[in-house]
Amino acid sequence: MDQRNQFHRQVALMRQSLFDQGYIDEQFVQLEELQDDTNPNFVEEVVTLYYRDSARLIVSIEQALDKSPLDFNKLDSLMHQFKGSSSSIGARKVKAECTQFREYCKAENGEGCMRTFQQMKKEYATLKKRLEAYFQLARQAGPSQAASRPK
Amino acid sequence: MSTSTWKSGESVSEQFPAGLRVLVVDDDPTCLKIVEKMLKTCNYEVTTCNRAEKALALLQAHRNGFDIVISDVHMPDMDGFKLLERIGLEMDLPVIMMSADDGKQVVMKGVTHGACDYLIKPIRIEELKNIWQHVVRKRKNEWKELEQSTSIEDGVDRAHKQSEDADYSSSANEGGNWKSSKRRKDEEDELEERDDTSTLKKPRVVWSVELHQQFVAAVNQLGIDKAVPKKILELMNVPGLTRENVASHLQKYRLYLRRLSGVSQHQGGVSNSFMGTQDATFSPISSLTGLDLQTLAVTGQLPPQSLATLQAVGFARPSPKSGLSIPMIDQRNLFSFDNSKFKFGEGQGQQQQQQPNLGNNKQLNLLHGIPTTMEPKQLANLHQSLENISNMQVPVSQGNSILMHRGTARLPPNVGQPVTSNGLPGGLLPRNGHAENGRGAGGYTNPVPQTTSSAALTFPLNHGTELPGTNSFPPLGSPPGIQSLTHKGQFPQDITVNSEIKGSTAGGFIPGYYVLNDLQQLRSHDWELQNVGLNFDSPQSASSLPGSLESASSSLYVQQGISRSGPLRNSSSGGSKPSFPVEGTHNQNLGSIVNSSVRIKSENVVDAGCPSTLYPEHFGQEDLMSALLKQQEGIGPGNPDFDFDGYNIDNIPV
Repeated sequence: MDQRNQFHRQVALMRQSLFDQGYIDEQFVQLEELQDDTNPNFVEEVVTLYYRDSARLIVSIEQALDKSPLDFNKLDSLMHQFKGSSSSIGARKVKAECTQFREYCKAENGEGCMRTFQQMKKEYATLKKRLEAYFQLARQAGPSQAASRPK
Repeated sequence: MSTSTWKSGESVSEQFPAGLRVLVVDDDPTCLKIVEKMLKTCNYEVTTCNRAEKALALLQAHRNGFDIVISDVHMPDMDGFKLLERIGLEMDLPVIMMSADDGKQVVMKGVTHGACDYLIKPIRIEELKNIWQHVVRKRKNEWKELEQSTSIEDGVDRAHKQSEDADYSSSANEGGNWKSSKRRKDEEDELEERDDTSTLKKPRVVWSVELHQQFVAAVNQLGIDKAVPKKILELMNVPGLTRENVASHLQKYRLYLRRLSGVSQHQGGVSNSFMGTQDATFSPISSLTGLDLQTLAVTGQLPPQSLATLQAVGFARPSPKSGLSIPMIDQRNLFSFDNSKFKFGEGQGQQQQQQPNLGNNKQLNLLHGIPTTMEPKQLANLHQSLENISNMQVPVSQGNSILMHRGTARLPPNVGQPVTSNGLPGGLLPRNGHAENGRGAGGYTNPVPQTTSSAALTFPLNHGTELPGTNSFPPLGSPPGIQSLTHKGQFPQDITVNSEIKGSTAGGFIPGYYVLNDLQQLRSHDWELQNVGLNFDSPQSASSLPGSLESASSSLYVQQGISRSGPLRNSSSGGSKPSFPVEGTHNQNLGSIVNSSVRIKSENVVDAGCPSTLYPEHFGQEDLMSALLKQQEGIGPGNPDFDFDGYNIDNIPV
C-alpha cells in the first residue's frame, strides 16, 4: 500500500511538473476527464495515436523544407495540420513552436522556419519522453487513479 | 409554444438531446478520436469519418440517419467548405465547422457557406455539449419560414395543411401550436423512431434534379420576389410535397441566390484567379457555380429551363435510385429521338444509345443548361458563362438529353426541359457525345460543333480567352474546341457527378456548382478536353470511352484518360495532364483537363485526327455557330472547319 501510495504521489508530482513546466496545458485535462472506466487508458491511447500520426507529418515537413525554393504555402498548410493535432492533446510547447513556424511561413522566412522546426522537434521529442515516463508510472501505480485527474 | 404541448413532450425533451446522431469528419485521427469520445460522453450517437467523400456517401446512403455534421475545414480530399455546401443543399443538415485556424476570414467563410457554428481547435467538451441547439434551431427556422411564407396566404390554407398533417393535429389550428406540436413531434420522433421515415417524423424531401427543376421553374414563373411556397407548390403540383418542404427549400434557394449575387460581383477576379490555380479550393468557385446559375437565371440571364437544369443539378439532392431511374427513362426517350433525327456520322455511332453512364448524365444535363450562345465576354466571366448556359439551353436541349444519358441521374428531368429550349440537336450530342461522351463527360461532349452550345458549356473554362481553339475544331473534324468545350462543361459536371456517384449511389451533388467551378478554373483546360473529345471521335477513343463512362467516376476518369491518351492531347494536354486524382479532386482535374484541352485547341485538334464529322453539323443553329465563332478566336463563321463531313447543320433537327 505504501508503495502504491508512493507511486500515486510520484505520478501526481510528475503530472504537476508537466503542467508547471509548460509541456502540457488545459487541453490535456480535457483528455483526462474523458477517461473513464470504459476507456481507462484513453489519454495514453490518444497520445500514442498523436505521435504515430504526427510522425508522418513531420517527415512531410522535412521533405518540404528540403526543397528549393521553399513552398511556404505548403509548409504552412502542413504545419497547420500538425498544430491542430498537437493542440488537441495539449502539447503546449510544441504548439507554440508551430505557431512560430507559421509566422515565419507568412513572412517567407526560410531560415526562421528551419530553425523553429528544429526547435519544435526537440520539444516534440522531449514531451514524448516525459509522457511515456508518466504513463508508465501511472500504469504501475494503478491506471484508474493515476491516469485521471484527482477529483 | 404552448405549455401544454411542451408538457406532453416533456419526457421527450428530457431525453433529448441524448442520442443525437452526429457525423464527425476530420482527417486528423487524433482529433477525431478525441471529439468522438467527447460526443459519446455527451450521450450522442457518433459516427466518424476521415474522408469527406466517405462522409457524403454515408449521408447519402443514410438519409435521415444523421442530425448534425461536424467537419474539419482543412481536409486533403475535399475542402471542408465545399462539403459544407453540399451537405446543406443535398441533405439540409446543420453543419458545424472546426479548425485550428481562427482567422477571421476563415470563420467568415464558414458563415457565408452556411455553417451553423465554427469551433476552434482544440475542441472542448463544453462546446460540444450544446450542439443539439443547432438541430432544434434549424427545424424551428424551417417552421418559421413556412409560417412566414404561409402568412401571406390565407389561414385556410394553413388550416388545411394542418389537417393534412394528421400527426400534428392535436394542437389547435394555430400556427404557434402547430409549430410547436410539430417540433415536439419531431424531437419525439427523432428519439423514438429514428429509422422511421413515416409521416411522424418531419419528412425530408429529397430534392431530386427533376423536383428542383420544377421548383425553379415555378419560382421563375412567379417571379423570385413573389414566389411563395403555396403558389410554388401549386405550380409544381407534386403529390406528397408539402408546403413546408417547399418553404425550406425556397429559403435555401434564396440564400443561394444571395450568395450568388454577392459572388458574381467579383467574379471576374475570381475566375481569373482561379484560372491558374487548379488547386484552388473549390469553395470560392463553388459558391459561384451553382449560385451563379441561379442568379443568372433569376436575373433573367439564364433561361428558366437552363437554370432549372442547372439548379436541379445543384440543388437536387442525390437520390441514387430515383435519380438514376429518371434519367434512364428520359434517356431512352431522348435517344430514340436523337437517333432518329440524327444520322451523324458514324463514328459516333455510339450515339448514346448506350446510355452509358447515368452518372454522367447528370453532368450532361447540367451542361445542357449551359447556354449555347457563347459570347467571348461571357466566357471570360463565370457569370457570363452562365448566360451562355442559358443560351445553350436552346440548342443543347437535345444534347441535354444525351447528357442525361450520360449518367447524370439527376439531370434527366432537366434533360427533358432543356432539350427543348436549347435546341441543340440532342442528336448531335449523342453523336458527338458518343465520341465525346465516351470521353467521359457523359455525352455532353457532343455539342462541340455547335460550339455555341459547347462553348457555352465549356465557356466557363474557355471564357473567351481560352476558346481560341474553336478554329481548331475543324481539324479534328468537329470543332475540337467546341467539343471539348462541351466536354469540359460536362467534365466538371462529370467530375462532380462522378465523385458523387462514386461512393454513393448517386450522390451527384450539385453539378451546377462544380460545373461553374470547374469551368472557371478549367478555362485553360478546355482545350485539353477538346482533345479529349477529339480522341473520342476517333474510334479508338470512342470505344474506350463508353466503358469508362460506365463507371461512376468514369467521366472523370475518362477525361483524364482522354487527355492522356489522345493524340490530340499531346499538344495541350501534355502539359496539363492531370495527375490529379479523379476522385477527390475532380475540380482540379477538370481544371487541368480544361486547360489542356484549351491548349490543344489552339494547337489544332488536327492531331487528334478525329473525324470532324461529329460536331459541326449538329448544331444547325446559325446563331450558335456565329456566337461561338465569335467567341473562339479561330473560329469564324465561315470557317470551313465547321463543315464537318456528314453533318449538315441544316439537317440537324433541333
